[in-house]
This record gives sequence, C-alpha cells and structure tokens, in this order.
Amino acid sequence: MKFVTVAGPPSSGKTAVLIHTIRHLLKDGIKVVVGKIDCLGTNDGEKYQKLGIPVIVGLSGDICPDHFYVPNLEVIFNWAKEKSAQITILETAGLCHRCAPAIKGCLAISVVDNLSNIDIPQKIGPMLSTADIVVITKGDIVSQAEREVYRRKMEMVNPGAEILEVNGLTGKGSLLLKTSLMQAPEVDTITGRELRSSMPACVCSYCTGEKRIGKSFQLGYIRKIEATETEGGRG
Amino acid sequence: MGKDIRKITIIGGTTKSGGKEAIEKTEIYKGDIITLVGPTGSGKSELLSDIEQLARGDTPSNRAVILNDGELNRWERQMVAQLSQAMNFVLDMPVEDFLELHASSRGISSNPIIEEVIGLTNRLSGEPIGARDNITSLSGGQSRALMIADIAVISDAPVVLIDEIENAGINRLMALEILSAKGKIVIVASHDPLIILMAQKRIVMHNGGMFKVLERNKQEEEILKELIAMDDELSVLRDRLRMGDFARGGGMLLMNKSGSVEEKKEESSNFEII
Ligand SMILES: Nc1nc2c(ncn2[C@@H]2O[C@H](COP(=O)(O)OP(=O)(O)OP(=O)(O)O)[C@@H](O)[C@H]2O)c(=O)[nH]1
Ligand SMILES: Nc1ncnc2c1ncn2[C@@H]1O[C@H](COP(=O)(O)OP(=O)(O)OP(=O)(O)O)[C@@H](O)[C@H]1O
Ligand SMILES: [Mg+2]
Ligand SMILES: [Mg+2]
Ligand SMILES: [Zn+2]
Ligand SMILES: [Zn+2]
Repeated sequence: MKFVTVAGPPSSGKTAVLIHTIRHLLKDGIKVVVGKIDCLGTNDGEKYQKLGIPVIVGLSGDICPDHFYVPNLEVIFNWAKEKSAQITILETAGLCHRCAPAIKGCLAISVVDNLSNIDIPQKIGPMLSTADIVVITKGDIVSQAEREVYRRKMEMVNPGAEILEVNGLTGKGSLLLKTSLMQAPEVDTITGRELRSSMPACVCSYCTGEKRIGKSFQLGYIRKIEATETEGGRG
Repeated sequence: MGKDIRKITIIGGTTKSGGKEAIEKTEIYKGDIITLVGPTGSGKSELLSDIEQLARGDTPSNRAVILNDGELNRWERQMVAQLSQAMNFVLDMPVEDFLELHASSRGISSNPIIEEVIGLTNRLSGEPIGARDNITSLSGGQSRALMIADIAVISDAPVVLIDEIENAGINRLMALEILSAKGKIVIVASHDPLIILMAQKRIVMHNGGMFKVLERNKQEEEILKELIAMDDELSVLRDRLRMGDFARGGGMLLMNKSGSVEEKKEESSNFEII
C-alpha cells in the first residue's frame, strides 16, 4: 500500500486538489481510501464520500491536530489495510505551523496557495521544507509575476521538492500530481517508522482544555516572552 | 536557458457533443499571433487550458498538444506566461519593490528593468503609475497594463496565453505588439473584433471544437485599418467624456452604408455610433 500525507494551511485547496487527483486514480481502477484529521469539524469527509470511496474522519477536539494525528497513524493504517486500499491519502488539518506530519519513507505532499503572504514559506517551516511534493494552488487569480515569485520562494525553502501548480477548481495540473502519486513508495507497515521532524512539546494546561488566564493555572511546559522592546520607526 | 519553442501542434479531439472535431490538426509557429474566436461557451478557454497543460488525450476535449517535434513532453519552467481577466495582484507592496522581487526571483538585475516596465505600463495605460504606488491599490486598467509590461519584460516567456484583454482603458493594440515582439507565440481568446483581426490566423470555435482555421484576408486588412482609426477616435471620445467634456465638437468617425468610414467634422444631432 502507498501511504501519502497531505499537509498545508487551512483552505489552501487540499481537498479540492485531492478530489480531482483521486478521480484520475479511480479512473485507472485504483483502490483509494482517504483519512481526514481536523480540530472541531469538517465537511471534507462528505466531499470524499461523494467519490464513493471509504473515508475516515478524526477530530482532535482539545489537542493539537497534529499531536492527535501521530498516535492515530496506526489506527488509520490498519483501517486502510482492512479496506484493502492500494493508496491511502491522509489530509491533515494544517492548523499548526510548527508540526509537520511528514513520515520517513512515505510520500509527503504540502499544499499552499498563491494568495498567502509572501513570507509563508518561512512561516510554515517544516511543513513545507520536509515535503516531497509542493502543490501550489489558486494561480488562476493572481498575476504571472506572483506565480513566479511564489514558485521561486518554494524552491528556495525546499530545493529538492517537485513543485506542481494545480488549479483546485478545474483540476488543471492534477494529472501530473496523480502521476507522481503513482510513484510513491510501497509501505507494508507504519509501525516503527519515524517522523521527518520533531513535534514541539505541547503539554501545557491550555493544550488540554484550560481556559482561565493567569500564572496559577499554567502547568506543564510553559515559556514566556522575554520583554525586549523592538525599535519602532523606519530608517 | 530553456529550449526553444519553434512550433505547437494541436491534434483535434472531440467536441462537447462527443463528435470528432472538424480541424484534425493545426500548427502554430514561433512569432505567430493567433486568436481564438467563437460564441460564449464555445470552448476558447478550454483550448487555452489544453495548451497550458499539454493535453495528451486526457482532458475533456481529448486533444493532444505537441511541442516542437515532440522532443519536449512537459513545459519547462517559465516557458508559458498567462494572463486572464480573473487575475489580480494580491501582494501588498510598492510597484518597484514588487518588480525587484520578481526580477530577483528570475536572477535578473533589477535597476534598468524596473524603469523599463514602469515606462511600458505608462504607455499602455492612460493613468500613469508611480514607482512607490502600492500594487494592490492600482486601478483595473493600471493593474492589467502592469501585468502585461511585466510579462513582456521580466517573465519573457516564449509562449503567452491570454484569456481576453478587456478594454479597461488600456491600449490593447500596443499590448499585443509588445507581447508578440521578440518572436513569441501569443494566443489570445477574444470577443473583440480589433484583437481578432490583429492576428494573421484565427481558430474559430464551435460547440467545444475547432471548427475552422482562417487566415486574415486582404479585405480584412483594410477593415483592420479602419477599426484602428475608429478605436483611436473612440479613445479620444472616451478621454473627452472622462475629462468631463461633452462628446460633441470634434471629429467623429461614422460608418456609412457601404461600410467605408467617413469623418463628420461638425456636430450632427442624429449620428449613429457604431
Ligand atoms: N480560485 C481558486 N480557488 C480554489 C483553488 N483551489 C481551491 N480553491 C477554493 O478554495 C477553497 C478552500 O479549498 P479546500 O479544498 O476546501 O481547502 P482545504 O485546504 O482542504 O481546507 P481545510 O481542509 O479546511 O483546511 C474552496 O472554496 C475551493 O473551491 C484554485 O486553484 N483556484
Ligand atoms: N471539446 C470539449 N469537450 C468537452 N467539454 C468542453 C469542450 N470544450 C469546452 N468544453 C466545456 O464547455 C464549457 C465552456 O467552454 P469554455 O469556458 O472554454 O468557453 P469559452 O469559449 O471560453 O466561453 P467564454 O467566451 O464565455 O469565455 C467548459 O466547461 C468547458 O470545459
Ligand atoms: Mg480540506
Ligand atoms: Mg472563456
Ligand atoms: Zn502542533
Ligand atoms: Zn498547549
């Protein structure tokens, strides 16, 4: 089975791109299943179900969706095996800009859009830099120059990645993504595999549902900003 | 540097109703300006998209698009530049910073080129832009003019695909001339007679299929000249109205029954504007 993770900021077009790509896979008679991890709620499950394929949705609730995702990888993997999937695609929530769900030995895709701030490559760090394929969406609504600048930024942050421009609305470019997906390595177990980057400690009281503000409510791993003033004004 | 694009071959596929396309094969060469014409929904944008993704029987039209003699099976980076009406600037920064960013992303030293792009932009658009203007605050016409100038000078792709250049107060003829300079292939979908006749060759679309390929004939060349004169008149009129003047009082070109154009010098109360 191929096991593929798809990360990327919220609303970057992960589901839109995947739906077009999965259609191409289904046309070739390939058995695809999809997992979606999110925080509080998502319609993505229904969108994938419309393709007539098995879908599993996990909601992380109070905890970081990526920290929820890792302990559930085995669950999803085993479920997919039971469904005798040839390709399992796991769409992650993309909320945490520090955690990257890429797994060593499994194809990792990152989806970013042309509308985001030009500094996004630096901002989302490992999510982008550890990906094998970077998909850039929404090129239909920005200028040629911006498309070129974005592409260049992606290349600088992740020089080894394959960069694909895909239109999530029309599916333009999704065929190339499908071809790359078909080249993903086969994995027979997920147990014992490693993440490509560490996840930050995420065990403060707020991680687990605390709402009250103040020192006495703060337990676990807590760091405070050092109050050094930044210089105002521009030269 | 990438490879040279000498030729694009389009192999006909199927129409919207699934029948065979009338045109089985058409070739576009370096330096050509081609327009795509046809009623709304006839498949102009679809054909552009087939070219953009180098279709090989895998798009709704089942067409195949071949580069040169088939030795390239993917566009290399920055071989195609695109422009459509849906495109806007989203980066919030001054024009010159933006152009510098674009130039440096392509490894071009920026100083002379920034001036060149701004100069071109201001020849295309009636309202000049300044180097320190924010790109997101430019008007529709100014943005379009800047996009065109930037594609021509900084992107400098050998193939340019355009899905309609609207008449937002920019000089469309000059825009096409600028883009087609330097031996590029320019393919434009358009409903605008002036743009359509600017091209020596046009592909007529019907029901999703390539229906005819027409070469511009001698008579059309004359009509193009008239259209250009009319367009100049219209822009004079447009400027006059935009400046708050009345339309009357200058030359106005009218088409008489025989189709030739004559100039009415004095005001006439019942002229018909075409
Ligand atoms: N114009 C344009 N819109 C797009 C494109 N790709 C996606 N969209 C739109 O962007 C919105 C978000 O797309 P989704 O596919 O739901 O994004 P997502 O990354 O799956 O979002 P979450 O799962 O909520 O994080 C939808 O309205 C899409 O139709 C694109 O290439 N161009
Ligand atoms: N050969 C074809 N086979 C199947 N579908 C097609 C074909 N050509 C076009 N279509 C579909 O028909 C619809 C209309 O086509 P398209 O948008 O290309 O028209 P257009 O000529 O660009 O119209 P407009 O002038 O309004 O922009 C699109 O959904 C397109 O995908
Ligand atoms: Mg989604
Ligand atoms: Mg169109
Ligand atoms: Zn996290
Ligand atoms: Zn926490």
